[in-house]
Amino acid sequence: MNSPLLTEDDVRHIARLAALRIDDAEVETMRSQLSNILAHFQTLAQLDTQGVPPTGHTTDAHSVMRDDEEMAALDREQTLANAPFIDGEFVRVRPVIE
Amino acid sequence: MTETLPETHASAREMRAKYESGQATARDTALAHLERIQKVDKHTHVFLTVLDENQIVAQADAADEMIRAGQASAMTGIPFLIKDNISTDGVRTTAASKILDGYVPPFDATAVSRLKKAGAIILGKGNLDEFAMGSSNENSAFGAVINPWGNNRVPGGSSGGAAAAVAAGEAAIALGSDTGGSIRQPASLCGVVGFKPTYGTVSRYGLIAFGSSLDQIGPIARTVADCADTANAISGRDPFDSTSLELDLDFTEYLDRDIDGMRIGVPREYLVEGIEPGVRSAFDASIAVLESLGAVVEATSLPLTDHALAVYYIIAPSEASANLSRFDGVKYGMSVDGEPNARESIEATRGDGFGPEVKRRILIGTYALSAGYYDAYYKKAQQVRTLIRREFQDSFQKFDALIMPTSPTVAFEIGEKTQDPFQMYLSDVCTIPVNIAGLPGISVPCGLSEGLPVGLQIVAPQLGDRTALQIAHAYEQSANWKLTPPEL
Repeated sequence: MNSPLLTEDDVRHIARLAALRIDDAEVETMRSQLSNILAHFQTLAQLDTQGVPPTGHTTDAHSVMRDDEEMAALDREQTLANAPFIDGEFVRVRPVIE
Repeated sequence: MTETLPETHASAREMRAKYESGQATARDTALAHLERIQKVDKHTHVFLTVLDENQIVAQADAADEMIRAGQASAMTGIPFLIKDNISTDGVRTTAASKILDGYVPPFDATAVSRLKKAGAIILGKGNLDEFAMGSSNENSAFGAVINPWGNNRVPGGSSGGAAAAVAAGEAAIALGSDTGGSIRQPASLCGVVGFKPTYGTVSRYGLIAFGSSLDQIGPIARTVADCADTANAISGRDPFDSTSLELDLDFTEYLDRDIDGMRIGVPREYLVEGIEPGVRSAFDASIAVLESLGAVVEATSLPLTDHALAVYYIIAPSEASANLSRFDGVKYGMSVDGEPNARESIEATRGDGFGPEVKRRILIGTYALSAGYYDAYYKKAQQVRTLIRREFQDSFQKFDALIMPTSPTVAFEIGEKTQDPFQMYLSDVCTIPVNIAGLPGISVPCGLSEGLPVGLQIVAPQLGDRTALQIAHAYEQSANWKLTPPEL
């Protein structure tokens, strides 16, 4: 494992990937806290996991298929009522392509 | 029967007995709870939303009608609090986050709809750590819950409101969720019983997702039997949750069986670092009780326990970073207006709407899943998760159950651990391995240390829920702790 110590640029990069705006003060706090937390994770490197299958789900559930049956959907008005900005029957968003 | 305590401190089974004998009605009981909430919630700060009196009375009257018609079941007329990360149709659901401010789900979580069908009374929604991320309830965007056992003490988390409500007599039973100990640890710190069933036994539909491979809904109650009754009502296959298991388990089935001859292991890794002497001595005394009931209690070792915390704090934030990507200020909740484009609008909304701990976990998870680090963190953690599961499986070849303290400490002081996130993470060191392996676990009160409750945790193999409940019940009946916090 590489050095876990993050730079402020690392934190800004991760925040960008996570679509999370953080200010300069938060960047420094997060850099120090995340570096400390990541340092504790390094103990895992001691364990030999060669050939060990990863566990995603403890019930060993595999992809499941169901019949494509018609059923009642949520009420449109009630559902739209939660959207911060609507326009008639539509949810309004800021421009995606400029 | 607990004659000396107000009716808001009775167990659900005691309430049910009074309904059936005509000594009490669901309506009177519901109103007594409402009165109790009005009296003590300013001290505990448990409820984020209390339903209107007429909504509560309507549910209670329907329950009384079911009782009169002979259609009642164990949940009929029982006053519930629902943790506020569990969706309730038409009732504001916030997950204690600013980002969900104003959100009113147009549907019930399956666990809630099953309770309603059984005639339970929903009183309102319980405070929690934002998105269930925390061990003290201090991460709520709406202010911390205060442990009824001490003015300056945390109730634990993340289901802190749920546990404090049951301890303070504000609800008979609460539905919580447990991703790394969020039912059991607060139950321990508040002196009540908290049960996390095997992963997959209770539908997660309508539970606001945190770590999908770890999350499980379960009850917090005053007695083990009440927990078992609740599990019966809410469990079972649900077509809306593809990970819910197809099974028909009666969680109460083993309650009255004795535990003579049962083999119980005590893994020594849980008894070392950071455990308070008072917790240790209460735990040791509980071993003596189990032995007096005929159980064979033996020390054992689960060496991988020491790695569970790292595995959890990689996997849970990774899953959370994906699950919480849905909060974008477009479909529901708050939204920051006035940004030039969608990307900026989403970033601003998330930056403003999420609290510090949620941001921390989103960043950890995003980092662990990002190119170049995936193998070293996420994949490695999933592989160690397999090793931890195997270690438990091997141990259950020898033991029917394992026991350990639920929390290494009693309720700590408000503000004591907020400066160092990793210190806070250590609060869950005894409960996390159970979620990693998908096992059932229950915390049952086992005494006081410095005037604050201590919890005994019992862990059984996957789908061994009835065994965990059986041992917890036998212990509870024999030890007979009647822990009630000082009057508020």
